Amino acid sequence: MNNSSNIDPAVFSRRKRANKIGLALSVGAMGLGMVFLLWILSVLFFKGFAALDLSLFTADTPAPGSDGGGLANAIVGSLMLVGCCTLISTPIGVLAGLYLSEYGDRSRIASITRFVTDIMLSAPSIVIGLFVYAFVVAQVRHFSGWAGTIALALIAIPVVVRTTENMLRLVPGSLREAAYALGTPKWKVAFMITLRAAQSGIMTGILLSLARVSGETAPLLFTALNNQFFSTNMNAPMANLPVVIFQFAMSPYDNWVNLAWGGALLITFAVLALNILARVVFREKVQG
Amino acid sequence: MTESTQSHAMPTPQALRIAKLQRVQDFLFHGITQFFALSVLIALLGIIISLSINAWPALHTFGPAFFFTQEWDVVNGEFGGLIAIYGTVVTSVIALLIAVPLSFGIAVFLTELCPTPLRRPLGTAVELLAAVPSIIYGMFGLFIFAPLFAEYIQPALAATLGQIPGLGILFSGAFNGIGILCAGLILAMMILPFIASVMRDVFEIVPPVLKESAYGIGCTTWEVVKNVVLPYTKAGVIGGVMLGLGRALGETMAVTFVIGNAHRLSPSLFAPGTSIASTLANEFGEAEAGNHLSSLFALALALFIITFIVLAFAKWMLSNMERKQGLKT
Repeated sequence: MNNSSNIDPAVFSRRKRANKIGLALSVGAMGLGMVFLLWILSVLFFKGFAALDLSLFTADTPAPGSDGGGLANAIVGSLMLVGCCTLISTPIGVLAGLYLSEYGDRSRIASITRFVTDIMLSAPSIVIGLFVYAFVVAQVRHFSGWAGTIALALIAIPVVVRTTENMLRLVPGSLREAAYALGTPKWKVAFMITLRAAQSGIMTGILLSLARVSGETAPLLFTALNNQFFSTNMNAPMANLPVVIFQFAMSPYDNWVNLAWGGALLITFAVLALNILARVVFREKVQG
Repeated sequence: MTESTQSHAMPTPQALRIAKLQRVQDFLFHGITQFFALSVLIALLGIIISLSINAWPALHTFGPAFFFTQEWDVVNGEFGGLIAIYGTVVTSVIALLIAVPLSFGIAVFLTELCPTPLRRPLGTAVELLAAVPSIIYGMFGLFIFAPLFAEYIQPALAATLGQIPGLGILFSGAFNGIGILCAGLILAMMILPFIASVMRDVFEIVPPVLKESAYGIGCTTWEVVKNVVLPYTKAGVIGGVMLGLGRALGETMAVTFVIGNAHRLSPSLFAPGTSIASTLANEFGEAEAGNHLSSLFALALALFIITFIVLAFAKWMLSNMERKQGLKT
């Protein structure tokens, strides 16, 4: 080091070796990660496509021991639960995000809310299920689709809040100032200018929250429970894909396990498609 | 000119009315958005309070010893959380031990080594791995991974690490596949992409000037990562690891499938065990009101508080990092 012309070949080769080993390990880690992804996806496709036929979408979940059957009631139940969850979580999440970015900004309430939202983002989902059980199910004394929806909404809201806030922050301040200069009241600026400018970003957040809740199982175990029959009554226990997959995969019946793989393929496909869609929507916004 | 100044000085009653209306609307709108923002806080408080109320009978009956007792006897109504807490902590630690070095490697690859055109697709692939629902990991673990694990990996581990005196007991016992070690490995696969994408994001914060000057004095890529990138992003890396830990602690479905769900405390990592989340998933539906139900709530409360602390720490570390990014731009 002291004399730059005097390179110690031993040190030099040791550094080179360390570099090569380190980088090789890093490439190996990446390779391993990709192997995991491909492995999981190929198993899903292989097992899931074997179970995929028309009756999966038309028949209801089979009784124990009976042949055939499908997932129609679970698919409809899942769609209803996730749909209602989006209807609840979107307005709440967007308005809360609007507050954080336009009104709260650096106030204490806003920073505490931001902090709590970030924690709720990764809070154990089963605990949220337990909370809704204690708060709703134990009070009305029966499991219901609404309880499941509430549990899912509690998981989705933080996702919507945080993405909405981040997207609103990307809207240039000059746009708001231009509107203020015309005498627009603050609420109109927030609601009609900023929110509209961040539209596609907020769409991204909603899609991501959809993707997040579609695969959630734990919070539904004790809230929506399950229903062997076709039901669209949100006030009664409701069949849903994740819980059906859980029960069927753990069961000793071959056709149940088979249906579980079919359901797993559907869910993963839906979640990944939503994720990719969210990315596409966001990228278009950034480029446009 | 004079007219317009006059109209400024004396607003018409109509303009006054509009201004007043707008002030009311603004106030309402502020209030409504604030209410929804606060609803997140209310939800958090609600969770803590309702868990505490429901956990109180058990905590009152068994006292603080609840968390150090291994008894879990549904028939006789004796409950202690030690086995579940042990399972939760051990599976998470195994997951971290495996996932942290791997995700570090992935993050280094994505930020330093990867050819630019591949960067985005590979980064997206990692994020998609993070998006796969946890129940899929559970099924994959139960049906695909566990049999392979029992047939190849467990015997190999028992033959190598199992021979080391002292450490060997960790890798002893029957090769069942499912068990604490298997759950840890599946968890590792699950949190790997989470940690990797946070690490990649913080590595990208490092100002290029710093890296370029290190390269300029002849550092190798590895040395740049070790001596420039890592020290600069230390807080962010720890934050990412903690975020992964928070996920691992609370993970339910992936663990429930492969941990074996046995209320037994065994020194061997091959043995089946249980974690807080999997205990809840398995027993809550059938628990009778009373000590059993209340003990489950006590476990949930413990889980929530532990993850809250871990995640709060992660958030604090990452916000330190964000401030650094603010300085850069």
